[in-house]
Amino acid sequence: MSIRALVSILCVTILTGTFYFLQSPFADSGAVFLEAAVTTLKLVIVSAVFAIIIAFTAGIGRLSPWLPVRWACVGYIEIFRGTSALVQLFWLFYVLPLFGPRVEPFTAGVMAVALNIGAYAAIVVEASIRAVPKGQYEAAIALNLSSFNRMRRIVLPQAIRIMIPPFGNLAIQLFKLTALVSFIGISDLTFTAYQLNQTTYLTVQVFSIVLFMYFAIGICITIAMKFLEQRYSRGIRLGSAT
Amino acid sequence: MIWDWGYTLEILPQMAEASLVTLQATVMGFALAAVLGLIWAIINLMEIPVVSFTVRLFVEFIRTTPMLIQLFAMYYFLPLAGVILPAMLCGVVVLGVHYSAYCSEVYRSGFLQVDRGQWEAAKAINLSTSLTLKRIILPQAIPPIILPLGNYFVTMFKETPVLLAITIIELVATARIIANDTYRYTEPMTLAGIFFLILSLMAAKLTRVVNSKMALPGQQEF
Repeated sequence: MSIRALVSILCVTILTGTFYFLQSPFADSGAVFLEAAVTTLKLVIVSAVFAIIIAFTAGIGRLSPWLPVRWACVGYIEIFRGTSALVQLFWLFYVLPLFGPRVEPFTAGVMAVALNIGAYAAIVVEASIRAVPKGQYEAAIALNLSSFNRMRRIVLPQAIRIMIPPFGNLAIQLFKLTALVSFIGISDLTFTAYQLNQTTYLTVQVFSIVLFMYFAIGICITIAMKFLEQRYSRGIRLGSAT
Repeated sequence: MIWDWGYTLEILPQMAEASLVTLQATVMGFALAAVLGLIWAIINLMEIPVVSFTVRLFVEFIRTTPMLIQLFAMYYFLPLAGVILPAMLCGVVVLGVHYSAYCSEVYRSGFLQVDRGQWEAAKAINLSTSLTLKRIILPQAIPPIILPLGNYFVTMFKETPVLLAITIIELVATARIIANDTYRYTEPMTLAGIFFLILSLMAAKLTRVVNSKMALPGQQEF
């Protein structure tokens, strides 16, 4: 869908959602939902930052000339792509403390989400770097750029443009994955909805409000990623031979 | 090391049994997703004025909200509407509908790969739309998308643990029950992970086999 269509859907969602909320029995207790939404957003932002760092480290690591580094990255990526996110979450939350540090629920949640999405994103990073034409590397070498500068100035700026569309999908995946942290007792939107349902029995209202909120946040993320995509592809059609 | 092999062997049969539940939920969910996804894609393709837009909005909605909350909503909504489904059926339906949104995009890309001339030729020999789809378009659109569809099949395995939220005792739920009984978390949780690795590797292998069996002549094989 185009950005304009998404924006109009967002507006309709927010309007209907607000209207629905105001005539629901929860009209006076908006703070509960707001607090939960803030927790979800916090989770999304913190784990997104970590996921990006992990993805670039593991993705570039897979292209490393040293075999052990490559193996470590492949091992990490395959393990986290091959097992279920919930298993990883439970493992980090229940098993990791047995080896040493006590893990706060929020930390465990962020770690699980970031490591899981990071593994998928690492593949995207690797593939995008590989997709940069070979001539660019050769030209950078000919200009006597160091391997760090070659990566930073020449390869990555071009690779990032290729990464953004798949990253958009992953951003939504990450956002949806944060709902799982309700299993370890973090009071995000899902957990709050579950608890409110248990205490008030206003099933339809509770879940409708939360679904409205999730949808609105999700659309915002989609719009933001589409916008980035447009920005980064600006001027690409003009006389590029690649 | 705090790994106990005797204990691992003791819980292995229980875990293996639970992996059958996971397998069952995934296979049924995927069957539903594959059929529904095709229906959404065809409705979109036909560009029926209001219906197509509704379907597109529905697909967008499903894709941008977490499955867990959809699951809760369905599980608690349906009894209010007078429909009482067994938990397993409810879980499979939500899993299937959720992934049908993804599958519909895959089918769409499959349809886009079919040459326009095929539609025009079918029209020229006076085939009805349904016959055109059945005999001309689908046989060409499906084989190239077996791999991406298979990817979602593999992904679905890893999404089934969410079903434990509505009391379905699958792999992770079993691991958690065992762990809560014995206060030993390492072995059950790690075993659950290993089972998922095995299941997804098998599913990936199956996808590749089906893909090579169904490949169109001249289609690139991976």
